[in-house]
Amino acid sequence: MSTDALRRLTATEFTLFLRDKVGPIFGVLFPTALLCVFGNLDFFTDPANGIDGQPLLYTYTPILVGFVIAMLALNSLPPTLASYREQGVLRRLRTTPVGPAQVLGAQFAICLGTALVSVVLLLAVARLAFDVPLPRQPLAFTLSAVLAALALIGVAVLVAAVTPTAKAANAIGSVLFYVMMFFAGLWLPIEAMPPVLRHVSEATPLGAAVQALSDSTAGHWPPAWRLLLLAGYVVGTGSLGVRLFRWE
Amino acid sequence: MTAVIEVQELHKRYGDKVAVDDVSFRVDEGEIFGILGSNGAGKTTTVECVEGLRRADRGTIRVFGLDPVRDRAELTQRLGVQLQGAHLPEKLRVGEALDLYRSFYRRPADPADLMAALGLDGIRDTRFGKLSGGQQQRLSIALALIGNPRVAVLDELTTGLDPRARRETWRLIEDVRASGVTILLVTHFMDEAERLCDRVAVIDAGRVVAVDTPAALTKRAAADLGVERATLEDAFVALTGETTDVH
Repeated sequence: MSTDALRRLTATEFTLFLRDKVGPIFGVLFPTALLCVFGNLDFFTDPANGIDGQPLLYTYTPILVGFVIAMLALNSLPPTLASYREQGVLRRLRTTPVGPAQVLGAQFAICLGTALVSVVLLLAVARLAFDVPLPRQPLAFTLSAVLAALALIGVAVLVAAVTPTAKAANAIGSVLFYVMMFFAGLWLPIEAMPPVLRHVSEATPLGAAVQALSDSTAGHWPPAWRLLLLAGYVVGTGSLGVRLFRWE
Repeated sequence: MTAVIEVQELHKRYGDKVAVDDVSFRVDEGEIFGILGSNGAGKTTTVECVEGLRRADRGTIRVFGLDPVRDRAELTQRLGVQLQGAHLPEKLRVGEALDLYRSFYRRPADPADLMAALGLDGIRDTRFGKLSGGQQQRLSIALALIGNPRVAVLDELTTGLDPRARRETWRLIEDVRASGVTILLVTHFMDEAERLCDRVAVIDAGRVVAVDTPAALTKRAAADLGVERATLEDAFVALTGETTDVH
């Protein structure tokens, strides 16, 4: 298959992604808007309210990075994949030289690319507008973010694989989004959770991801087991999702 | 004549249900070959095996000597497919769909020519989800031809089209054949088969009950029924009647 076809396919899928508006609005604009709201509340910027003497906004920046990834992977991807299967888009592609797997590849690339843009925007606004320090360990931060994105894309494929319709995929994706965001500390930062909740949180993909992102933001590498856990989620959800996913 | 499609002793079952029970036929180069059958007779399963969408349980299928499953990459370059129903993202525009599918093929057709031939010019920027059933159908025919295929499989070609659009589509298919493309046409419209097809295979309950020209089938039906003239529909009903009556 030609690279022209792959480029065209990815460009077309990206156009549809923009036209759909869910990803750009909730995955890119919304998290940064939320950051701006938090940044303008004294409660979030006064170190007296924070954890370890830091303003709460510092704690929330990695949580919002997790929010970006979860939003794009769980709210945008599963309904798209399920509707492509439901409407026969994948089946139609099976009769062309470009197989349906290429569409999934294009979708993953768009999800990762958009997450990158959104996280860069978020960190830039946090730094420039609200004086939130940039991650002190950028390599660890990037690795953690990429592992988190891949793990959640794996979850998204799994959701799309086990749901018969786009509607069902949307519902399950949303529920998972809220559950995972809870354990990632959106309503109650992980550091403030009681020990039992914290242990559960550390075992979930997004909880582990936010912890790894917080570690690297503070300037140290996350413990190896945390990164291995994330890598395990990538391999586990990815291979199970690919095995269960049907083109029709 | 060279055979473009050869199907031999094809069998396919889904669980307990036998969908195709010993189907054989060949389609020669430049032919319009019809597959006729009632709903559920096994027509679509048969062509899905030809397209490589399904794997046959038994039997052999060759298209230009290629195995549809094993030689998928090469076959898809030469075989254009129109499936029943809608198969594009709702927000994709007509022109974008043609440009996208065009990029998949080594030697594609000109989208502007196809759009003109199928009356898609005025709806270039319309989203797929906003098209009428007939417009969707015409777009799916255009996409089947965008790769400049040597053989096209058209499933329920004119379903959902109004009489005028049907006739225009028939003329288009004749033009496509005149340019050297072999056509496998799946239909349950007898007037369509009589008008377009050089030969037809009549499939009933997963078996081929007749392969012949429409003229020969109607002539035989007229003789059997003891009337002066019979239609292809008369012939079809006579050929598939027995098994239908049993149910």
